[in-house]
Amino acid sequence: METKITLRVNGKTQEVLADPATPLLYVLRNQLTFNGPKYGCGIQLCGACMVLVDGRAEPSCVTPVGSMTNKSITTLEGLIQVDGSLHAVQEAFIEEQAAQCGYCLNGMVMSAVSLLTENPKPDHKAIRVALERVLCRCSTHARIIKAVKRAAEITAKKLAGSGK
Amino acid sequence: MINSRRHFIKNMGCLTIGFSMAGYLSKQGSYLVRATFNDIETIDTWLKVLADGRVRVYTGKLELGQGIRTAIAQVAAEELELEMASVEVVLAETGVTPNEGYTAGSGSIENSAMAVRNAAAAARQQLLELASVKLKTPAAQLIMFGGKISVKGRERSLTFNEVLDDRQLTGEVRLPVTVKQKNNYRLVGKAIPREDIIHMVKAEQVYVQDLRFPGMVHARIVRPPAYGAKLKALDLDAVKKKFPGLLKVVRNGSFLGIIDADEYTVVKAQTWLHENTQWSDAPQLPEDINLVDLFKTLPSELKNVRKKGNLESDASATVSLKSSYFKPYIMHGSIGPSCAVALFKDNKLDVWTHSQGVYPLKGALQKLLQMSEGNIHIKGVPGSGCYGHNGADDVAADAALLAVAFPGKHVRLQWSREDEHAWEPYGSAMILELSARMDATGKISDWQHNMWSDSHGNRPGGNPENLLAAKDLEKPFNSKATGFSGGAYRNSEPYYTIPNQQVDIHFVDGPLRVSSLRSLGAYGNIFAIESFMDELAEKAGKDPYEFRLKHLDDERAIAAIRKLQSITSGQKSIPHYGMGIAFSRYKNSGAYCATAALVSVDPSDGAVRVRKMWSVIDAGEVINPDGIINQTEGGMIQSASWTLKEQVLFDKKQVTSRNWNNYPIFRFSDVPEVEVALIDRPDKEALGAGEAAQGPAAAAIVNAIYRACGKRIRNLPVGRIV
Repeated sequence: METKITLRVNGKTQEVLADPATPLLYVLRNQLTFNGPKYGCGIQLCGACMVLVDGRAEPSCVTPVGSMTNKSITTLEGLIQVDGSLHAVQEAFIEEQAAQCGYCLNGMVMSAVSLLTENPKPDHKAIRVALERVLCRCSTHARIIKAVKRAAEITAKKLAGSGK
Repeated sequence: MINSRRHFIKNMGCLTIGFSMAGYLSKQGSYLVRATFNDIETIDTWLKVLADGRVRVYTGKLELGQGIRTAIAQVAAEELELEMASVEVVLAETGVTPNEGYTAGSGSIENSAMAVRNAAAAARQQLLELASVKLKTPAAQLIMFGGKISVKGRERSLTFNEVLDDRQLTGEVRLPVTVKQKNNYRLVGKAIPREDIIHMVKAEQVYVQDLRFPGMVHARIVRPPAYGAKLKALDLDAVKKKFPGLLKVVRNGSFLGIIDADEYTVVKAQTWLHENTQWSDAPQLPEDINLVDLFKTLPSELKNVRKKGNLESDASATVSLKSSYFKPYIMHGSIGPSCAVALFKDNKLDVWTHSQGVYPLKGALQKLLQMSEGNIHIKGVPGSGCYGHNGADDVAADAALLAVAFPGKHVRLQWSREDEHAWEPYGSAMILELSARMDATGKISDWQHNMWSDSHGNRPGGNPENLLAAKDLEKPFNSKATGFSGGAYRNSEPYYTIPNQQVDIHFVDGPLRVSSLRSLGAYGNIFAIESFMDELAEKAGKDPYEFRLKHLDDERAIAAIRKLQSITSGQKSIPHYGMGIAFSRYKNSGAYCATAALVSVDPSDGAVRVRKMWSVIDAGEVINPDGIINQTEGGMIQSASWTLKEQVLFDKKQVTSRNWNNYPIFRFSDVPEVEVALIDRPDKEALGAGEAAQGPAAAAIVNAIYRACGKRIRNLPVGRIV
């Protein structure tokens, strides 16, 4: 049965009309028209649908939207600042040209953001572990690892620059 | 052609360079002529100058993640002395771009980019000639830059559009065209970043999956439980009761689809219908025969691929060796399952698709739907990468069938993960039997290669038979479609100097649906040939590098192998680690690739890890070095995944590899470090590079495993060493 559900997505509180059992992914893509999270497998095996839930990367293809009412959800779109500037991870993916088809990029970027929040200076192994859930068929993995390392450097520089 | 030209003449304020297809069958001309496809009208326009001074380039190729959009913009901007931002590229779309067949076979640089280079060079020449008249100055004294033409040493300049003076320029391009001198290049050969990656990180609409239209509805297909099963019973009342308000159930024979405004509703309905419809038994799949031997038990059709010299004519060849290799069925496995949007309105059909060939698809849909050519329009939109023929064409046909049954609305059809895994056309399994003889010095005199394979090319190619839905319809298309047979024996002839050779293929009709997967038969053939070269080298007591070099006389091949040797020479020996190498020239006429792999084999459990891979690639003139490096890095890792882990499994009823649990591919913990060295040859023809690493990577890995643990792997996937 469709009900009104209040969601907090990318800092905005929005009301959607949906069956609470609907996986979050379909509501984000169809009702709220976000492109970031992608459908990949529908059973949490590929990571294409990653979003941040209270800051942590989680697949959105199974989680019922009804369970999200008191959570803060961030999509790839939500990483962009109001002034249009990009998140360090987004910048790093451009700088490293870390994509071929780019379909997995959402899952990679969201997982990397989640990792860097918890561990601002991840080593090679920590990056692999954090991205393990996300599949890439074009096999751009090597560049993606470089991009995450670069994102950590960009963030460190920004923090140093702002005196924090 | 006349119609299309008239169409552009109507667009005032733009310069159109048109090509006449007839009469230019020279080698260079074939770039253009190759684009024609059967009886479909060929649109002969490659670029135009827009009213605002920018240049729009049309390519019949689709962006697959290979970076072709950027490479094409580079060559056009180079010839016309424009900045990258002043060039936009329009990808494959019927009635808009040239018909360049399929985006396949590493041909987009070799064909489309070179055609655009010729078109842009011709445009440059004609603009300078016109400006020369206007400025009353010989063309040789004119300078073109930034969309303007000026006289050397003077301030006055004309924009492209001022040069054109509102006239149209539809001159034909007479080949050969004088192209820009390569030592003056500003953009070609440089690592120009891809603009589309910015759109991706910003989550803009990039993929066909992201398309949204007002009133768009969602659809799913309920595929049979197995190949060839027919729909026996469907209880429509029960469906309506279970899903009240469901917009539409489409049934056409055994083709079954559902449509609703809400995507989750069709997801649920698809699951429910899978469980609540009755299907006839499907023909059994061969379950009890080991897949490694299966193809030899099937009826086959023999074709000789190569015969050279006389086998066994050399009496000095005293050493002989024979080995048999196997590669299983491998999946494209796109991360995003295939998707399409279709709209049928006023008897006209629009389709948005990630098909690698919009014109051939159009031909196939015309026949499938019995529509006239003028009523179908197909636009290529990037999808999830796969480097081959996955479900893209099938889902487009499915969507078109649904749209025709539900007119007036954009129908978005998203295949499920299971649809994609179970129904995409796989890369065929292959058996590869090699035998050779050599003399006491290790010089090979005889070489025999026997292949057993199904087809590696079953794209629709303008006909409906190869579309998945075609056999399920009430009026089915059952005739056996003709595929591209040449793909199976791609690279089956060794690139080495061997006087006596015989290469034969035994074509079989295998149990699973197959078509083109990145590099086609070359992956299996190179895996076998390059494994065998190592086996022969060992038997001859030679080093794998020297043994290969001894049998090569192509300087570029030798240079690639020598370079590989030099960049890997610092690698120290580690217990339970091994280094292996392999080489091939893709299609024996394309890019050269020499690859090395460092693997470890854990003696306690036999676990294989690829630690590092290196490739040296020579793709002739480099348009975008980063594009080639990205593709080669990815090619090595993807091939490592195929080689170590992948095989499509089936039981007697159906394909059982239906998700990433039962068809695992590489994850980050599996991925090796990669390094690519590029040999740029500005004076040589630009070659496609997207498939060159697939075969060498596989052989380098198994050769490395042998050196790490002494076990020769001849049947893929490698799995665990026992």
